[in-house]
Amino acid sequence: MFFQKDIETMKRADLEALQLERLRRMVDYCYNNVPFYHERLGAAGITSGDKIKTLSDIQYIPVTTKDDIRDHYPFGMLARPMKDIVRIHASSGTTGKPTVGVYTQNDLDNWSDNVARLCAAAGVTSEDIVQISFGYGLFTGALGLHYGLEKLGATVIPASSGNSEKQLMMLRDFGVTGLVATPSYAIYLSEMVREGEYPLSAYKLRHGILGSEGCTAEMRERIEKNFGINVTDNYGMTELGGPGVSGECEYRCGLHFAEDAFLPEIIDPDTLERKAPGEAGELVVTTLLREGFPVLRYRTKDITRLNYEPCRCGRTHVRMDKVMGRTDDMLIIKGVNVFPSQIESVLVGTKGISDKIGPHYQLIVRRKNYMDNLEVKVELIDESLLDRYRELEALQRAIHDKLKSVLGLETKVTLAEPKTLERFQGKAKRVLDLRNMED
Amino acid sequence: MQIQQLSVFIENKPGRLAEITEVLAEAEVDIRAISVADTSDFGILRVIVDRPKEAVIALREHGMTVSLTNVLAVGISDERGAFSKVIRILANSGIDVEYIYAFVSRDKGKAYVIIRTDKSARAAEVLTQNGVEILTAEALYNM
Repeated sequence: MFFQKDIETMKRADLEALQLERLRRMVDYCYNNVPFYHERLGAAGITSGDKIKTLSDIQYIPVTTKDDIRDHYPFGMLARPMKDIVRIHASSGTTGKPTVGVYTQNDLDNWSDNVARLCAAAGVTSEDIVQISFGYGLFTGALGLHYGLEKLGATVIPASSGNSEKQLMMLRDFGVTGLVATPSYAIYLSEMVREGEYPLSAYKLRHGILGSEGCTAEMRERIEKNFGINVTDNYGMTELGGPGVSGECEYRCGLHFAEDAFLPEIIDPDTLERKAPGEAGELVVTTLLREGFPVLRYRTKDITRLNYEPCRCGRTHVRMDKVMGRTDDMLIIKGVNVFPSQIESVLVGTKGISDKIGPHYQLIVRRKNYMDNLEVKVELIDESLLDRYRELEALQRAIHDKLKSVLGLETKVTLAEPKTLERFQGKAKRVLDLRNMED
Repeated sequence: MQIQQLSVFIENKPGRLAEITEVLAEAEVDIRAISVADTSDFGILRVIVDRPKEAVIALREHGMTVSLTNVLAVGISDERGAFSKVIRILANSGIDVEYIYAFVSRDKGKAYVIIRTDKSARAAEVLTQNGVEILTAEALYNM
């Protein structure tokens, strides 16, 4: 399903010509309207868009970091006076001051187009009734999906997050066919459905449009199984205006970038050099259309790959892999790079393990005698193992051994009582790094 | 012959055992025998109560992982070699003992042990044939 088929299936040569034209215009626009970029671009000798001859000349533009944005908090990087701004959003500010998203009317229009595209790609049509269980407010997720879905013609229920019993009641009573939520909240709701008094047939749900945090293939499988739905992933961030940057189509083989609005690159996070297509590295994005808060070569800190192969769905826009990790989430334990998503894959996707433990987990990193160690806490749910110690120990050992083979690292596996690990309705904070707090 | 024993998963953290036994007290369940074995970070509480079904419901309502297992309660007279005789009978019948714990009774000259074997029904049969006293669930619950 397409929302703007002509753009979404544009020939690559035409798309790249459009990107180059928009990139040049964006460079001029930033140079002339944002003092920060005037200085940065000037220092790099890029005093006008004409200096950009080909798309790969983008590599001469200096990167923008989260710290740059933070240093200009809240409105120091705006390209328009406040009278042209019609909406302000902000991130949750989990890692410091919130990041603000600032929109002109054109920004809002483009944003909802991009979101409508990803929802259509996920299979949503004007026939669908979609419940948005993201928290409404400053967060870009809820209103972003809200206006995008309305633009697509779907029926929107602005449920917001929390009060899970009521969420399930609305899903049933309103005949909801689509759910917008974070993957962890979707798992939480789906567990309630599984354990609840109403059968799955009381729910008409078909689509789960999950985002705002990582969703591994295993988490997805679990949600799909519990809920009997089809789940698609999408990607975005406040710095880039929220959701709508990329999203999966029905073939679910990567997230199609809205490439006419966002120009993606992959760089080496250490050397900042551009990587060849298909190589993993940090995703860097340039906005091609944003007016209120444009960014050039923004370092997302997300590790992924770009795939330029044509997709079966007919879209020509590049696909990014699911985010493999964050450059700042990456734990370095005894010199080994560990991404929480790798651990999650083992816990949720290993036969003989995932049916015995719950989907929630916590990672605790400690330093003892100058040695790092990683504890992985999981919830025991299989009651049949309780009769014999050796079965519990065998489960611990199975998890330990599988983690060892995937991570190449010794871990301490701890079994916890069910429902004792923290549940998250927003972004999951599953890592507790105590290395700088303990001796 | 078979007694239903509750196995409860407990994390090793302060107050947890107290909380679990408080749940049982609140549910008006009396404990007949109890045993806790632990590793460094978790333990399994094994407990025989007078109303096992009610106990399981109460514990599950409090979010605990519980299972029911068949065990035997065997009466052993207070004389030398009486316990080893019981174990020998089981060994000679090819029955493996998983674990054993003792509990106090009000009968003078008698000790009772809970025995979990890999073949609980067969164990009850051979012990009875050899004249070993096995408590019925009713007798134990009313002790």
